Amino acid sequence: MLSFLGRSIVQKTVTLFFVSIVSFLIIHLAPGKPSQIDPLNPKFTPEILERFQKEFHLDKPLYVQYVLFYKGLFTGKTVSWKDNQSVLKKIWIRFLNSLPLFIVGTLLTWTLSFPLGIRSAIHRGGIFDRTSTFFSYLLISIPGFFFAYVLIIFVVTRFHVPVIGMATFGLGATSWPPVAMDRVWHLLLPSVLGATGGIAILSRYVRSQMMEVEGQDYVRTAVAKGLPPDQVHYKHALRNALLPFATMFGLILPGLIGGSVIIESIFSWPGMGRMAYEAILARDYPIILTVNFVSAVLVLAGTFLSDLLYLLVDPRIRL
Amino acid sequence: MMEQTKTPLAWNQDLDAPSSPRESRFRESYRLFMANRLAVSGFVIFLIFFCVALVGLFLTSGTEPIFDPAMVRLQEKLRPPLSAPNVEALTPGEIPALGIYLLGTDDLGRDVFSRMLQGAWVSLTVGFVAVGISVLIGIFMGGIAGYFGEKQVRSGHTLAVLFTGAGFVLMGMGMWASSFIFLAAGGGLFLVSAVHGPPGERNSGKAPFRALLSVPVMTVDTLIMRIVDIMLCFPSFFLILTVVAILPASMYNIMIIIGLTSWMGAARFVRAEFLSLREQDFVTAAKALGVGKFRIIFRHMMPNALGPVLVSATIGIASAILTEAGLSFLGFGVPPPHATWGNILSDGKRFIFDAPWLTFIPGIAILIVVLSFNLFGEGLRDILNPKLRERS
Repeated sequence: MLSFLGRSIVQKTVTLFFVSIVSFLIIHLAPGKPSQIDPLNPKFTPEILERFQKEFHLDKPLYVQYVLFYKGLFTGKTVSWKDNQSVLKKIWIRFLNSLPLFIVGTLLTWTLSFPLGIRSAIHRGGIFDRTSTFFSYLLISIPGFFFAYVLIIFVVTRFHVPVIGMATFGLGATSWPPVAMDRVWHLLLPSVLGATGGIAILSRYVRSQMMEVEGQDYVRTAVAKGLPPDQVHYKHALRNALLPFATMFGLILPGLIGGSVIIESIFSWPGMGRMAYEAILARDYPIILTVNFVSAVLVLAGTFLSDLLYLLVDPRIRL
Repeated sequence: MMEQTKTPLAWNQDLDAPSSPRESRFRESYRLFMANRLAVSGFVIFLIFFCVALVGLFLTSGTEPIFDPAMVRLQEKLRPPLSAPNVEALTPGEIPALGIYLLGTDDLGRDVFSRMLQGAWVSLTVGFVAVGISVLIGIFMGGIAGYFGEKQVRSGHTLAVLFTGAGFVLMGMGMWASSFIFLAAGGGLFLVSAVHGPPGERNSGKAPFRALLSVPVMTVDTLIMRIVDIMLCFPSFFLILTVVAILPASMYNIMIIIGLTSWMGAARFVRAEFLSLREQDFVTAAKALGVGKFRIIFRHMMPNALGPVLVSATIGIASAILTEAGLSFLGFGVPPPHATWGNILSDGKRFIFDAPWLTFIPGIAILIVVLSFNLFGEGLRDILNPKLRERS
């Protein structure tokens, strides 16, 4: 057990190291320098350019830049090229904005996909199963940005509520209920959109997992000895079908930072995804690299967590 | 019985005997496929889409296209679908070929139907080329990991790769002299470590640096799977967006980048198939017959491993089309004069309440095409996976 943990941590650190190198090389070896971003800007004189390059070590060789960048990142000194604010602080602020979206989206995904998947597995081949199968393919296939506009048209024309942004600007209400309702309306659409793909995929997965367990011998035995169907489905089958999902909790971690670039830009939601998008537009390399690095850390932490959960949950696995 | 099986004629007559399978594998698959109505409809839609894209390419390209997707008619802007053109206001050349604006016009008075036709080809090629690239890389990496997986990567190889890589980086930075030294050192190490065989009797007691070069580092399998892990750490859409934004805008860059960032699934599938195929008798037989390694890999093993790859490729096309549409939507797609479904939608979003067809037509088109690929892919998966066969 301990040796597994140790090996896993070492391996993931090495992976992270290579990820940092690759992302650094991708950004810096691509054609186009950040200093050339706006050649027509009259304020961008050669002297300023030189100062800019010195300031951010762009005149040093690549490996020195690499070391300096990650040293700065770990000591928290790295600043954005655009506004000289600390990168970590900027990301933290945006992260807090994305957090409600993430939490509501994840809750929706996990609470809706289980009943859907279990029901279609139990009534396999029935009308409910076929309808939900078709709808889950539909939700997987629908482009998020198109679905977003469909929902915006629907909600705005039907309920007459504003949905763009995090809150209505200048609402001016003094009591809390209208303010809270306003926040809920703004939160609803982006988080529903964030959850749709997840619901579709997860419910399919629940269905196939459940179907596999329903075909096992012990379920047939349980039916044969005359147990009521509910007890068979929910006690014998479901408990065993749940096993892989315990481990999937780890895999939702990366969603924390992934945000959705497209959805956050449609809804003008000042979250992580939109910050990353703006950083790409402005060629703000420190932000791009940091977002990349943090999300790689989260992916690795997520897989680590899911391995660990698997160890804890499944008694058949002993290392 | 023995007599009958020897002559082909008699064997043919005996086809209905219970001992032999009633249907060939292909016929059985075909029957299963036809029974899956969703998959069949997906396949039919895909065929229609393919024809439309191909016809659209011919009708919208050239100097005098029948449907001109770039023709601006400012006096006819934002006309709803199926509306007749105002003939007096247009010169004869500007009247749409069908006589009506089948799918309306956009904010510059361009015919949306022509633009959709032009965009169909973009979606199709991006989907197929990107997935083609990713499948090729995936088969190559997965095949090596699955077949040569047990081979050791030795310290000599590692050093050689490091030196060569450093050489290329230095060359990229313009330090020619030092880059050549590094490249030469890397090449030399490659030669040295490629020439000598397994460590053991031959190397023991000989030049110590050779022994130093042949220290096993990891297996080929570990190496490739770690590369896959590294690739999986990148947030894919964000990575694609970054690289597309940095590189000059072109359709080919998008295809290549989507292909380069999505080969990991195919590599894993091929590797898993190869690990089990490698141990099977027909491979041993081929080896015993002295068939070459690459012939075994590509002629004997690959056809058996293609099933899951085909499934993941079909679903990969769907997601590549979605990715391209998303990039176009954000303004990083195919550069503007060329229409794609994503940028028709992106241009139309400003008129979402006045001209909803500019949002709905490309949106529904993307939805239907992606859905058809997903349904077809899932149908294929059911056919190829004996465990999931509904009737057996």
